Amino acid sequence: MTTPLTRRQRYEQRTKRRSFAIAAASTIVVLAAVVVLLPMTSGWQKVRHSFFDGSILRFSLGHMLGPFWYDVQIFLWCAPCILLGGLSLAFARNVRSPALFPLRLFSTIYTDVFRGVPMVLWITLIGFGVPGLLQSRNLGRAVIWGSVALIAAYSAYVGEVFRAGIESVHESQRAAARSLGMTSTQTMRHVILPQAIRRVVPPLMNDLVSLQKDVALISILGPVEVLRQAGIDKAKFFNFTPYVAAAVLFLCVSVPLTRTTDHLLQRERRRTGATAVR
Amino acid sequence: MTDAAAAGETDAGRTAKLELDSVVKRFGQRTVLDHVDLSVAESEVICLIGASGSGKSTLLRCCNLLEPIDDGAIYLDGVDISEPGLSTDPIRRRIGMVFQNYNLFPHMNVLRNVTIGPMKVLGQSTAVAQVAAHELLAVFGLADKARAYPDQLSGGQQQRVAIVRALAMKPELMLLDEITAALDPELVGEVLDVIRGLKQERMTMVLATHEMSFAREISDRVAFLDQGVVCEIGSPQQIFNDPVEPRTRQFLQRVIDAGRL
Repeated sequence: MTTPLTRRQRYEQRTKRRSFAIAAASTIVVLAAVVVLLPMTSGWQKVRHSFFDGSILRFSLGHMLGPFWYDVQIFLWCAPCILLGGLSLAFARNVRSPALFPLRLFSTIYTDVFRGVPMVLWITLIGFGVPGLLQSRNLGRAVIWGSVALIAAYSAYVGEVFRAGIESVHESQRAAARSLGMTSTQTMRHVILPQAIRRVVPPLMNDLVSLQKDVALISILGPVEVLRQAGIDKAKFFNFTPYVAAAVLFLCVSVPLTRTTDHLLQRERRRTGATAVR
Repeated sequence: MTDAAAAGETDAGRTAKLELDSVVKRFGQRTVLDHVDLSVAESEVICLIGASGSGKSTLLRCCNLLEPIDDGAIYLDGVDISEPGLSTDPIRRRIGMVFQNYNLFPHMNVLRNVTIGPMKVLGQSTAVAQVAAHELLAVFGLADKARAYPDQLSGGQQQRVAIVRALAMKPELMLLDEITAALDPELVGEVLDVIRGLKQERMTMVLATHEMSFAREISDRVAFLDQGVVCEIGSPQQIFNDPVEPRTRQFLQRVIDAGRL
């Protein structure tokens, strides 16, 4: 039993079909242009040979899985430290007690300094500087100090994200909690922070995607992670394909992460109730 | 309960439940409360009426120490609770407060909203707090909403949960700040019924309200505030039928003209 479509439904069906046809057609045109036009450029043969060599690509993908896993490991131990560091910084910037003023001052300066210098510089400075300072072989492992640099700098960014989240929770929530007799610590722990963290999950994911890629910067200190391995293989084959293989490996992790972020953002938008306007 | 009696007790030994003595509150240059005196006896219900900005909400927030006062004193059971530097948490847990916009915790379900105070502040066990919460929710017709989240409830239901949340702390008095102002008209009744029930239980209450007929019905005394001053205070019959102050008359005339009385 089918009910006849309303005027609105017929219109929407027609529009939908039309948009789909247009989208399909334009995608086909663009793809065809790339496939046909790209090989016609003068340097294409050379580029294809040195960047997209099929056999080297296959070899590299397998060969670099190990080094890439090293990147993932670095990411996995840095991320929790960064979240913890960021949260501590956010708290430190919110303290009101006069005795803790130095802490507040420190966290403010810290945030400014670590956000104001490029990541590569921090990794170089901390990665080469601190081991030189300590003159110790055991504590001198590059990957440790590279991780420390990543954690130190990313904490500054993440701390700001947490702080924004905490400040976005309306004052009336604090009033409600305090009027029940909760202390300011209990209010923060049970009322403010849970709401703040829910709100900042999407921007935090954003920073994590970014961190996942910046792990490769540690290669400048020497550890054989994926970028360095790609460099070694490049020299071996006289071919840039290993770099493309490294890029593919990064995409395998960052694309799912990004999609998850988008999904979370969309869910948050749906939850806060605004409908899309055409 | 007459003004004379209340005023008389003020001077002798402060036997009122809650007492404001010449309270001054300023926001910057603006004086919001200008030497306010008010005395609330045990089990008394006082309604604060007056135009928006007359200081009703600020008065309630000061009583709960959410706003520090600039001068004067506030006594709870004869003890000065407005002493600067005094720890506010033990005092606040004795006073229940309900807000215009409910202010429920959106990330907790109804049961958690109601039990968090007793558990974290009074140190009750989860089991004890939940039994008490279920009982209270049942009394206020919310038994089936215990697992719901605030955004799944109507405004009237949310406000009843907010009242239950305050009651779960077993407060000695309740401060209610325009608790029906944000509600759709057809939902006002269910919240006012809750207040009627509390009056029967002899709860001490101070309400800021725009519901004049309700104020007339439920109050032991009505205080009319104007520009941060208690302009007139008396029995509801006296205030609504025979106001003395010209400003009270003007205000009530405007309310009548708007069809709200």
